[in-house]
Amino acid sequence: MVDTSINLSGLHLSNPIIPASGTFGFGYEFAEIYDINILGSFSFKGTTKEPRFGNAAPRIAETHAGMLNAIGLQNPGIDKVISEELPKLKQVFSKPVIANISGFSLEEYAYCCEKIDKEEQVGIIEVNISCPNVHEGGMSFGTSPESAAAVTKAVKAVTSKPVYMKLSPNVTDIAEIAAACEEAGADGISLINTLTGMRIDLKRKKPILNNVTGGLSGPAVLPIALRMVWEVYKKVSIPIIGMGGVSTAEDVIEMMLAGATAVSVGAANLKDPFASKNIIESLPDAMKELGIKKLTDIIGGAHNA
Amino acid sequence: MKKSFFTVAGNRLLAENTYEMVLRGDSSAVKKPGQFVHIALDGFYLRRPISVCDWSEHSITMIYKTVGKGTAYMAGLEEGDRLEVLTGLGNGFDSKKSGNKPLLIGGGAGIPPLYALAKKLMQEQKQVFAILGFNRVDEVFYAEEFASLGVNVIITTVDGSVGRKGFVTDAMEIDMADYTYTYSCGPEPMLKAVYEKAVSDGQYSFEERMGCGFGACMGCACQTKYGSKRICREGPVLEKEEIVW
Repeated sequence: MVDTSINLSGLHLSNPIIPASGTFGFGYEFAEIYDINILGSFSFKGTTKEPRFGNAAPRIAETHAGMLNAIGLQNPGIDKVISEELPKLKQVFSKPVIANISGFSLEEYAYCCEKIDKEEQVGIIEVNISCPNVHEGGMSFGTSPESAAAVTKAVKAVTSKPVYMKLSPNVTDIAEIAAACEEAGADGISLINTLTGMRIDLKRKKPILNNVTGGLSGPAVLPIALRMVWEVYKKVSIPIIGMGGVSTAEDVIEMMLAGATAVSVGAANLKDPFASKNIIESLPDAMKELGIKKLTDIIGGAHNA
Repeated sequence: MKKSFFTVAGNRLLAENTYEMVLRGDSSAVKKPGQFVHIALDGFYLRRPISVCDWSEHSITMIYKTVGKGTAYMAGLEEGDRLEVLTGLGNGFDSKKSGNKPLLIGGGAGIPPLYALAKKLMQEQKQVFAILGFNRVDEVFYAEEFASLGVNVIITTVDGSVGRKGFVTDAMEIDMADYTYTYSCGPEPMLKAVYEKAVSDGQYSFEERMGCGFGACMGCACQTKYGSKRICREGPVLEKEEIVW
């Protein structure tokens, strides 16, 4: 028997698989086709203070080995998430969930985190300072160490739950920003959010996405994500939720060897609704194949030269 | 929603750039006309959403137009090839709202889902009228298939090379005075023109670029009078009264 369990800031997870925010809604679409309690946890759709429709269509474009999205943080707003989505989620998911929170000012981040802090179902707050698809706030908080630290402090002041800062890869030095978050009191780091990209429609000779640019995800970004998890692991001592292009159990192991304690699966859920389930089910065999008995033994293992 | 493997049982050219593909497999998740399937293709990251034209217990028929690399790849598939498909997606048309004289209006690649709907309405003993619009004669498909269901079919072509010359909306004016309900599927400018001309309530089927096809990514969400709806899940069929152009 192999041991797939991990510990994330005091939360015991039966396996490290956490469907990424924005690729798993609030869980129900997936709960209709499999028991989502097999997941380590999942990160719900990025939530803001006010309801948002997001950007105009088209919001999706295909790429080689991946996709671009420019949803623009569509969500029903924190109040509805608490009054409607969480009670519905409770019917199908009995484990602690990860609350993904976004904002356009320090006050908005703090407002949402203070509210979600009171929700028992929430085990960890993942603070998104890296959305590439909104034109005010969003990613800009995640592009400098100072503003990333400021959001971390504002959020830590209003919650006793573990706070993970979700970082953008669209920066010069992601490790420096991770270090600033750690110093400001973050309990963990999530990375990477999507990479800003674009595609052009050859027939119309115009950008495919109405927003012009979108966030790239899928297998195409895995090597970049691994490199960034590697760099952040070297710089900080808090746990990392690694993500970016993870599609197989082997990708999960690679991500953990780079330094991740838990691993998020994103675009793969959209390509195949059973992707997270398949990864969880194939993880023990992949571990056996590689002679891994206990998954936590390999965290950052590739750094031991 | 169901994920399963299907085998290509036929894939033939019907009209210019237009193919009919028959898939053999478990079609049990398909419940209503107007629903779609989402097909995984080798070498393409995202699936391709294609409306269901007709189905039986062990088969699904689709008609698709080659508009890009994905559909061009589909056109090259042969009998016996296997495809992984998500089935039973989308809300579909509600035949119960039709009244006794429904009018079906389809344009080009929007026509296929109206075929299964026409079949259902005929089974329900309705008097069904269909206006099928194309650009020109080379593009025309399924006119006889609709007619052999017992549907009163009017073909329109923009250049007048067959049928009535003009747009589908021109035929609405001339031939259809007393229809009880409108079902429409086609390019958005056509849907809007039908919407503006229709004197009855109706259901309109929309198209949008999709990510997942089952409601998780929010990629295809649109605004309606009753809030945001996902074309893949609360759509693709919207009620006339809720549409925001």
